[in-house]
Amino acid sequence: MAHQGEPTKLRWGELDEDDGEDLDFLLPPRQVIGPDDNGIKKVIEYKFDEDGNKVKITTTMRTRKLANARLSKRAVERRSWPKFGDAVHEDVGSRLTMVSTEEILLERPKPLGSKTEEPKTAGDPLAQFQKGAVLMVCRTCGKKGDHWTSRCPYKDLAPPSEGFVDKPAASDAAAATAGATKGAYVPPGMRAGAERTGGSDMRRRNDENSVRVTNLSEDTREPDLLELFRPFGPVSRVYVAIDQKTAMSRGFGFVNFVNREDAQRAISKLNGYGYDNLILRVEWATPRAN
Amino acid sequence: MRPILMKGHERPLTFLKYNRDGDLLFSCAKDHNPTVWFADNGERLGTYHGHNGAVWCCDVSRDSGRLITGSADQTAKLWNVQTGQQLFTFNFDSPARSVDFSVGDKLAVITTDPFMELPSAIHVKRIAKDPTEQTGESVLLIKGPQGRINRAIWGPLNRTIISAGEDAVIRIWDSETGKLLKESDKESGHKKTVTSLAKSSDGSHFLTGSLDKSARLWDTRTLTLIKTYVTERPVNAVAMSPLLDHVVLGGGQDASAVTTTDHRAGKFEAKFYDKILQEEIGGVKGHFGPINALAFNPDGKSFSSGGEDGYVRLHHFDPDYFNIKI
Repeated sequence: MAHQGEPTKLRWGELDEDDGEDLDFLLPPRQVIGPDDNGIKKVIEYKFDEDGNKVKITTTMRTRKLANARLSKRAVERRSWPKFGDAVHEDVGSRLTMVSTEEILLERPKPLGSKTEEPKTAGDPLAQFQKGAVLMVCRTCGKKGDHWTSRCPYKDLAPPSEGFVDKPAASDAAAATAGATKGAYVPPGMRAGAERTGGSDMRRRNDENSVRVTNLSEDTREPDLLELFRPFGPVSRVYVAIDQKTAMSRGFGFVNFVNREDAQRAISKLNGYGYDNLILRVEWATPRAN
Repeated sequence: MRPILMKGHERPLTFLKYNRDGDLLFSCAKDHNPTVWFADNGERLGTYHGHNGAVWCCDVSRDSGRLITGSADQTAKLWNVQTGQQLFTFNFDSPARSVDFSVGDKLAVITTDPFMELPSAIHVKRIAKDPTEQTGESVLLIKGPQGRINRAIWGPLNRTIISAGEDAVIRIWDSETGKLLKESDKESGHKKTVTSLAKSSDGSHFLTGSLDKSARLWDTRTLTLIKTYVTERPVNAVAMSPLLDHVVLGGGQDASAVTTTDHRAGKFEAKFYDKILQEEIGGVKGHFGPINALAFNPDGKSFSSGGEDGYVRLHHFDPDYFNIKI
């Protein structure tokens, strides 16, 4: 009887009937999953929201250390030296030392070294791909046969200038010796040692092996086209036109084959092929490309 | 990486030096007070007051107890690193440009500029363990090079002194007799003033940077030219990584190019080159003015650069830096 004035207070004697379902008022304890190798720490908390529902909140944090300081014994002693000179009057809020707000990277110059690959591919630059491997050139890091530009693991590198789309053989020494008398900017194509005629030949040849694919479904992307056309031979480039606003395919794209015969076979085989509920139309990119 | 910016100096930086343990960074600038910072977080420890002119160079003893600085006020001073107290002043008749402790810290080489009729000279002074016994007398005095000597350091085992300066010739002198042992070849050497010199961590080779937009790597004993690194800008400062085979060059801008190139903020960069392949690996931008000083932490995991803008930028490398492949 003394308890009737306090309806919210539970008595342990009344809890017998249910097997702990009435313990809903209790929240599970807060869990902290400590920082793992990547420095990621998770904290899982539970609380009641306004409607009385139990809510689980997971907070994932990553702590990043700017630097590791492993100090020798004497260095540790020096850490506790009193300040002297101008530093004596330093208030805690003095902005003398501050961490930069920008992330600064070691910016690589043009596509990195295929210097070692140059002598090998002196004759036919595409000879090594006769086995039918895909000639994938990543524009960001210049590695061949590994990944496409969009899948580059070194995405954060400064992208190279336009002149280097498919010139994996560009010499790095060209970047170092700018050679301009005034110290003004020298475009990569005009620097000493820059490949000019060779590169454009390769590109033109590739563009002549360009195949246009139309009537693509909305969600077709480059990897899909690559997968579809790869069986016919090494592909140097795929492109799907994407509408910037809706992020959907505009229904057409281009595939550049390394070899002309492969492009011809692809056209014959895939024209009229049913892909993702639509009939594809596959033809030469420039009419009557000869 | 996120560089730590330290703005303790109001005038351009002239020199940066880490102590041997890599926990202190000493900076010299054209304002008259060299400063010491903690090398991990950039916190300032103190400043040394006493010079009346731009401080051009400094060196710290191996136990990080003594600091020697050379200044344009025609003196070189010895300081107690911990307290900031001046221990001794060496007086000269012309501005002191470069200072370097010998291995063992018993001697120091100090160079002085040509001034009025006085030619440039290299002085070797004895450093006493007890500062009260310190005298200003020279052990050796070498005169001879034409033009300013920008940097002079001790060779292996203190047997030689290597000097480089305005006449673009690198000279090796015997440290006991003062005789000229070797000179760099005029044809293969620098064409313009040599601004900076950095020894490798084992002392077997050293790097010189010059206003002729190149840096050259030389063998210490034979003074043969090993490598050449070419840039687009005059080189003001050079440093070698003690850990990887990297060479860093910091430079400025040709006076003639100042008006024709646009002065975008933060555009001056420290360029990294592969030491052996002579190829550029990359650049670290950020300074608002030409870079005048570069130094690598002895553990190789961080480096700092000082610029004409008065900032010292302390960079701790990201793990990717150690995996760079050419």
